[in-house]
Amino acid sequence: MKVEPDIAIRLQRITKRFGPLLANNGISLVVGRREIVALLGENGAGKTTLMNILFGHYVADEGTVEVFGRHLTPGSTRAAIAAGVGMVHQHFTLAANLTVIENIESGTESFLRPKLARRWSRQRLCGLSSRFGLAVDPDALVGTLSIGERQRVEILKALYREAQVLVLDEPTAVLTPQEASSLFATLRRMAAEGLAIIFISHKLDEVRANADRILVLRAGAIVAERTPATATRDELAELMVGRRVVRPRRDPLPSGIPLLEAQGVSLHDGHQLRLDNATFTVREREILGLVGVSGNGQGALADLVTGLAVPTSGRLTVLGKPILQSDPRWLVAAGVARIPDDRHAVGVVGDMSVWKNAIIERVGTPRFSRCGIIRRNAAMMYTRELVERYDIRGAPLDRRARLLSGGNLQKLILGRNLAAAPRLIIANQPTRGLDEGAVARVHTQLLEAKRRSTGILLITEDLDEVTALADRIMAIYRGRLSPTIPAEIADARGLGLMMAGHWDETSNAV
Amino acid sequence: MRFELREVTSPLLLLMTPIAAIAVSLFLCAGFIAVAGAPVMGAYGHLAKGAFGSAFAITETLTRATPLILTGLSAAVAFRARLWNIGAEGQLYLGAIVTAALGAHVEGLPGWLADLVLILSGGLAGMLLLLGPTLLKLKLGVDEVVTTLLLNFMVLLLVSALIEGPLRDPLAFGFPQSAPVSDGAMLPKLVAHARLHAGFIIAVVIALVVATIDGYSVFGFAAQAVGLNIRAARFAGIPIERVLVCVALMSGGLAGIGGALEVIGLKGYVTLDMSPGYGYTGIIVAMLAGLHPLGVVASSIFVAGVFVGADAMGRAYNIPSAIADVIVAVSLLIMLLALLFARYRLRWT
Repeated sequence: MKVEPDIAIRLQRITKRFGPLLANNGISLVVGRREIVALLGENGAGKTTLMNILFGHYVADEGTVEVFGRHLTPGSTRAAIAAGVGMVHQHFTLAANLTVIENIESGTESFLRPKLARRWSRQRLCGLSSRFGLAVDPDALVGTLSIGERQRVEILKALYREAQVLVLDEPTAVLTPQEASSLFATLRRMAAEGLAIIFISHKLDEVRANADRILVLRAGAIVAERTPATATRDELAELMVGRRVVRPRRDPLPSGIPLLEAQGVSLHDGHQLRLDNATFTVREREILGLVGVSGNGQGALADLVTGLAVPTSGRLTVLGKPILQSDPRWLVAAGVARIPDDRHAVGVVGDMSVWKNAIIERVGTPRFSRCGIIRRNAAMMYTRELVERYDIRGAPLDRRARLLSGGNLQKLILGRNLAAAPRLIIANQPTRGLDEGAVARVHTQLLEAKRRSTGILLITEDLDEVTALADRIMAIYRGRLSPTIPAEIADARGLGLMMAGHWDETSNAV
Repeated sequence: MRFELREVTSPLLLLMTPIAAIAVSLFLCAGFIAVAGAPVMGAYGHLAKGAFGSAFAITETLTRATPLILTGLSAAVAFRARLWNIGAEGQLYLGAIVTAALGAHVEGLPGWLADLVLILSGGLAGMLLLLGPTLLKLKLGVDEVVTTLLLNFMVLLLVSALIEGPLRDPLAFGFPQSAPVSDGAMLPKLVAHARLHAGFIIAVVIALVVATIDGYSVFGFAAQAVGLNIRAARFAGIPIERVLVCVALMSGGLAGIGGALEVIGLKGYVTLDMSPGYGYTGIIVAMLAGLHPLGVVASSIFVAGVFVGADAMGRAYNIPSAIADVIVAVSLLIMLLALLFARYRLRWT
């Protein structure tokens, strides 16, 4: 076999089916050393599947994987690691109750001389960490690290195992813009040292700024290859989605009376202060955006305003009524629409039927039950209406909701909330994981609701989303809220700094 | 080889699952019967005949099935909401002993009223017994598997103390048994010269009621949601604690009623060998039924049939009738495996 030393990875005609779904369709690609390649595509385009085949998590139905000229045993993660492939998953695979060094070593510890091996591996870790600018304390418990630091540990773990090819699945999904740019600086250094880097992304600006080559994946096939110099943002967007999609933008409207008011609200959870002295207001006809890196307290705030938690101190008023006890049903009845961040785990009961999920928030109301007996016909009729009006596709009404795709599930959740003409919407990550078309539809619906006098609290990690929709924006960092700034003066850099906790308490409070 | 989640599990597959599981376990147990030295087909023939082969056999099987229907419903109701009530045995005994204690003092009442009072008080006893572990679980996070299981032994000791002491029947020649309930309170027999009593009808009616509640009521809806996804249920505003307390009352009550029916249907008094583990077998019955209330009736009759038939088989070929326990246990294991296959598809790669 001819050896081409500069080719790190060669995938040939990879095809993978999941039941009727063709996830990868004859994909061939080559990645060289010293190269950063971006796999750009929407959710469900097949990016992660392809990388999981490379890493040996999945076995391809057809096609071959070569790493440095040698065939890789299909379906063996061990073989992939031995060949020098390292993967940083979207959901990290670290043990929170072990230290950094224990996590990095795990699976490679020496049985014979653990103490000596530990000293040796510590030296190596420190070497790697300074060589690539990945600062991290080897003795810190992983559970105490920030998300950005955990990602560094994942990368170090791959390097520690002598990875020559590093695959990162949506590496910036959980990072602030500043953390993301420092990540890419590191990746650049690693590429300069001879590694091959592949990162998965659906963010257009990110791939244009950081990749040497961009491969666009759509519906399981590579539809285009571009270099950042030759690709415009609009062209990439169109290639990725397959058609032109225009996200709607906010239109300023005069805001009305306050619907949601928080005055010095705090939430303690055991010994932990999850939300610290939060003060903000959401009014009629306005969208208040809350940005933050996940895990900084937006979950606590969402719990409070969706009726799952009660403030430990401070005053929280929803539609004029102070919240003194956890009562989601009152919120629903009063006209608060709630879109949870995790639609699969919290938004629906996946193993109950579509129609039951459509009425689950209102099952006890006279519309859907009488004397404790469910009015099945009324429920079915209502669900049929929702399906028509919100274009929910993919499952008959009496099949399990689990069968719906993420986008259709979100349509169901939005539908059951918007159909009741809510006065206040709490939208927590309403478009996470949705494809461009679905995102545009959700945005349109939120803006329409605003035009009908609804007030909206939009909790998101997506800066494009918040700048496109929100009238005012605040950030949350370690449980504390920043002052609110008007959307006109918000840009990615400024919001990034706010998400990292840098703000001036005295400035521009609105 | 890997497992893939099935997109759709057809009703036919769900119905076939327990039947296939039973067939496979009978096939496997043929090995044990052969080892015990009996012809397999002949042995199974005697088993079937002993369970369903004559009017008398059928009445015996249905008599055995009666308490199993109630403990099976008790487990099904609780398990569907992911409340792991392992204490049906204790709830059954407590229901029985309360029924026996009160039953000796209902002479003035008309028969139907006495029955009603006794059944309800047996149920109430079972309810209260499961209420404690449930509140401990909800308020303090105490694992209900441990508390309900251990309560079984405490209740058995309590029953033992009562029938050796205050409730002891002075006319029982020293046997430890409770004083009998008054004759007027005994349930009518359904067939002359057989043990089958009206309790069987009551059990089937209760199963229909439970199935209706499960399938059509807001409470059934809520309990299902709590069992399938407690986080989503809480988010949707379903009052989790209240639902689980109601589930516990229902589950404990059903097992307690099972105890009451045994007392006023069969002997009229309580002994320590009244239940050969009906509470635990109820769990198997519920699993075989896929936790469906009407399925519980069918699987109770199957399990009862195996026990009754195994006695006939044992007599005919002189093999231990403990083979019945083996058949039931193996069918549970196969059923658990089969449920996996009903949910997942095996794919060879």
